[in-house]
Formats: sequence, C-alpha cells, structure tokens
Amino acid sequence: MEPNGYASSSTRLDATFAALADPTRRAILARLAKGEASVAELAEPFAVSQPAISKHLKVLERAGLISHGRDAQRRPRRLEARALRDATQWLENYRQFWEAQFQRLDSLLDDLQRGKRRKRAVRGIRKAGSLRRAQGRLSTGLAPGSE
Amino acid sequence: MKNSGTFNITAHGDREIVVTRVFDAPRRLVFNAYTQPELVKSWLLGPPGWSMPVCEIDLRAGGKYRYVWRSDSTGKEMGMGGIYREVVAPERIVATEKFDEAWYPGEAVDTIVLSEKDGRTTLTQTILYDSRETRDAVLKSPMQYGMAASYDRLEKFLPTVGSEALSA
Repeated sequence: MEPNGYASSSTRLDATFAALADPTRRAILARLAKGEASVAELAEPFAVSQPAISKHLKVLERAGLISHGRDAQRRPRRLEARALRDATQWLENYRQFWEAQFQRLDSLLDDLQRGKRRKRAVRGIRKAGSLRRAQGRLSTGLAPGSE
Repeated sequence: MKNSGTFNITAHGDREIVVTRVFDAPRRLVFNAYTQPELVKSWLLGPPGWSMPVCEIDLRAGGKYRYVWRSDSTGKEMGMGGIYREVVAPERIVATEKFDEAWYPGEAVDTIVLSEKDGRTTLTQTILYDSRETRDAVLKSPMQYGMAASYDRLEKFLPTVGSEALSA
C-alpha cells in the first residue's frame, strides 16, 4: 500500500471524527440508525431550525456518514454504516486487542509468581536462613526507583 | 477485570503512541514474559482464534527477533520482526518493528520501560513512527494488526449514540 492511501483515509477519518464531535449530529445518526428520514422528520425532535439541521446534514454527508435517497421531494437521509463503523472502531480495536493480550499476561505472571512461591516455600523449609539472605540481596537489586 | 483500569493509550507528540499498563508482579518477571520465547508464546497470541507458532528472540543489542501468528481456522499467517537496539534487563528494551505485510510505511521503533514499585510493575511502551501521518493512520486503522477486524461493533455503538442523544 502507498503512503498516499494512508494519508487520504486518514483525512477522511479526520472529517468523520469532526462530524461525530457534535451532539446534535450524533443524535441525527442515532435517529437514522432506526431508518431513513426526511429533513423535516429529522428536525422535529430538535429545538433548531430546518436550515440549521440542513447544515448538520451537509457536514455528515461530507464525512460520508450519511447519504440521501432519490425521492426528489423527501430526499430521505440514510445512515452510511461503513463510515461510522470505521470511525468508531479504531481506538476500540486497539484497546481491546492489547487488553486481551495483557489479561493473558496477568494470568501468566500470576502463574509464575505462584510457581516461585511454591519453590521458595520448599526451599525455605530446607534452608530458611540462606534464602532470606538471598532474598534480601535480590530485593535490594530491584528496589523501587533504582532505575 | 484485573488491572484493566490501569491500561492507557495516548498519542504523544507528533509521531508516538504511548501505552501504559500496571502488572501485579516484579519487573524481572514482566521482563522475562516479554523476552523468553516460551513465555511470550503463552500470552502474545493476537485475537481469539489465533496462536503464535513462531517466536525467536536473540536478546542482545544488534540481535534479531521474529514473531509469526496464525489463524487456527483459516491458516492465515502474519509475521513481524526487527532488531534490538538496546537491552537493559530488567528495565528497558528498544527494538525496531516491521510487519511482513506492511500496513504502515517504513519501520517503527518500540521502547519498553519497566519500573517497579511495591512489587508492582508499570509498563510504558512507546512506539515511534516514521511520520505523523503514519502514526495517525495506525491509530485510526480499523484493521488493527491486520487481523482484529470484527464488524459487529456498530450495533453496540449505536445504542450509545442513542443514549447520548437523549441526554444531550
């Protein structure tokens, strides 16, 4: 893939994020998620004028989040699910991907520590004194703030 | 879930992504979990349904590492690797990273710093990309690591949009 491809998809996503930053526009998307609607129908629940709603619709349309139907009179707007999906997935994907890895790492670290504690307990019975001295040296070497 | 709340991802400066996470273990163990192949293979598995058949690590400055993941259901493989620039056990690793199927241009430099306090370890992983455009594209990529795409989250997102609209 060319760097240009990344840049253009990045620019498109910037427009999408900007469009999603406004609560009225998010509410419009929520309404359209239930099915297509005309400008008048979309303006109804809001305390703003139809021209104001039209402005919001233009922003959403430029961002690729909505499109309008062919019916010349109603020009019903509909949700473009794909653009919305792309925009909302990125950080969530990143976070979920890494959190799943880290939770497995938590379990591994638990197992390692349990194993270590078991070994320590066994050794502790055999030679408690020397182990305590060894642990003392170990914890000094790994003291907080030693980096 | 345990320690999930300590997980944080931020875009830093122009070209970096910074990931932080706390683990309930001394950093020597966390360091081992990041650098011993048999341990790495037990947790760095990718999304559900993937495994990590290849994990080779030559842990020294100038040494190479190579990871390959495989989808159990489709057999699709994805590999990445790089060269260690700095290895300071148990506190610091700097390495380059490059994916076989380049989903971002150039290579990135990964810095892992482990700091320990009261038996707990804070991981700070900084990934430095070639350019701001690349960093932003990586953050925004819906195909995280080329394999995490699942297109069922829209349904989960939309009720959220709806409830925000009601409270707006």
